[in-house]
Amino acid sequence: MSDPHLVMQGVVRRYEGPPPVHALGPIDLELARGEFFSVVGPSGCGKSTLLDVLCGLASPTSGTISFEGRELHGEVPDGIGVVFQEDSSLAWLSVRQNIAFGLRLSGLPQREITERIDHAVAFMGLKQFADHYPAQLSGGMRQRVCIARTLVLRPRLILLDEPFGALDQQTRLLMGDELLRLWRETGATVLLITHALDEAAMLSDRVGVISARPGRFIDMVETGWPRERDSRIVSDPNFGALTARLWSSLREESLKTLGRVA
Amino acid sequence: MTRRRAVLMVRIGVLAACVLLLELLCRTGAIDPLTIIPPSEMVASMVERIASGELDAGMIQTFSTIATAFVLAVTLGTLGGALIHRVPRLRDVVDPLLASYYSVPTFIFYPLLVALFALGKTPLVVLGVMSAAPAMMISTLAGLDGVPPVLLKLARAQRLGPIRTLRWIVLPAALPRLFSGFKLALSYALIGVIAGEFLLSGTGLGYAISFAYQSFDNRAMYGLMLFVLLIAVIANGLLYSWEGRLARRRTSR
Repeated sequence: MSDPHLVMQGVVRRYEGPPPVHALGPIDLELARGEFFSVVGPSGCGKSTLLDVLCGLASPTSGTISFEGRELHGEVPDGIGVVFQEDSSLAWLSVRQNIAFGLRLSGLPQREITERIDHAVAFMGLKQFADHYPAQLSGGMRQRVCIARTLVLRPRLILLDEPFGALDQQTRLLMGDELLRLWRETGATVLLITHALDEAAMLSDRVGVISARPGRFIDMVETGWPRERDSRIVSDPNFGALTARLWSSLREESLKTLGRVA
Repeated sequence: MTRRRAVLMVRIGVLAACVLLLELLCRTGAIDPLTIIPPSEMVASMVERIASGELDAGMIQTFSTIATAFVLAVTLGTLGGALIHRVPRLRDVVDPLLASYYSVPTFIFYPLLVALFALGKTPLVVLGVMSAAPAMMISTLAGLDGVPPVLLKLARAQRLGPIRTLRWIVLPAALPRLFSGFKLALSYALIGVIAGEFLLSGTGLGYAISFAYQSFDNRAMYGLMLFVLLIAVIANGLLYSWEGRLARRRTSR
């Protein structure tokens, strides 16, 4: 792959314990610029550890990660935006203030900040709620606020850790559409961690299947979807085949995490 | 809003009815004036005493002592709570002590404090701080424990340093519980200081009540008691409404 955006080489993460846990790896991965990549795996396979290591929230025990050619050392570099699984909206700030949160440090001129916020508010469909507080919003709306807060920083790589995990199925499909739209408009590279096979199959250019702990890639699936796509793709015959392939890779691993032999 | 207003009206109504009943019982002689004077007399006595200026020195003394104790208790309590939060081993040791702290009547140490610091403001401030600081400490611990871990991750993901994380994430996230600490600390500081004055002091409002009591001056005593009560209610009411304004944003639907 020429000019990879993110490279992981032999990344391993162990926890000292007690008891010591080998959570992840070794993992080798290259993401192309502008790619939509998803990671699926059984619960407890170290997906969230992968995200922590990827964005520099935790250092790998061994191996290297480089983003745009620079190696990461336990800090989140400029250009990477993260959306967490849990609700991370700030209860004491209005929707607008939440979205503006990360821009305070940016040193951008006020006019630019206002423009970016206005755009993000409109883009995520939050216009009517700009002055509301998170407690007044539904879970899906709050997650949108969190996505908008990451979006205004114009990240070149967006990491999402099961961002729709807490939402109902319909909302998830629609949020998936919004995520695709966001991906197309920003041209950013997206890495989505999810446990939902259909979500991974519908959204991604490529899906990596991770094994039970210690998490390693056991399958890599190219979806071959066009860049212009949305949730209606679920009715495409290939969609069923893709999901089936992911499940056949994952079934054995999921059984392992339940303590059963396949 | 209408429901809240209705509750408020009922509450005020009940209170007014009690006061009215007391007034009636006192006026008809059902309650001996040597036991309780009518509420209207209490108000008159309070107003007279405030207007005459005889309380000025005492008020300044008491309020400045309470304020000093409150500020010190909030500062020490917050810092202490933060320190205990940071050091788990220290916490293992201190937790049970904090939990049982309020079963100890702090006042019994007042003679010791007087012996250590002599009569005056210092033992009263220390007594107020001793009453109030642990409450602040407990609230600080609860507040820091309650900061969702994902917000700390967010702080790191947004590359906030320790100071900015504290200022923009930790403090606002912990604020509701810190506020409970402020309210408790104010109440405890007030109780500690006034009780201290009452027991063993030559100045202040607590002393004035004690003096009136010992000289059988019922009218003065009740006027002063009412005054102290009003101050406590107003001070707490101010914190309460401030807290309410902050909380409404976070919880309203």
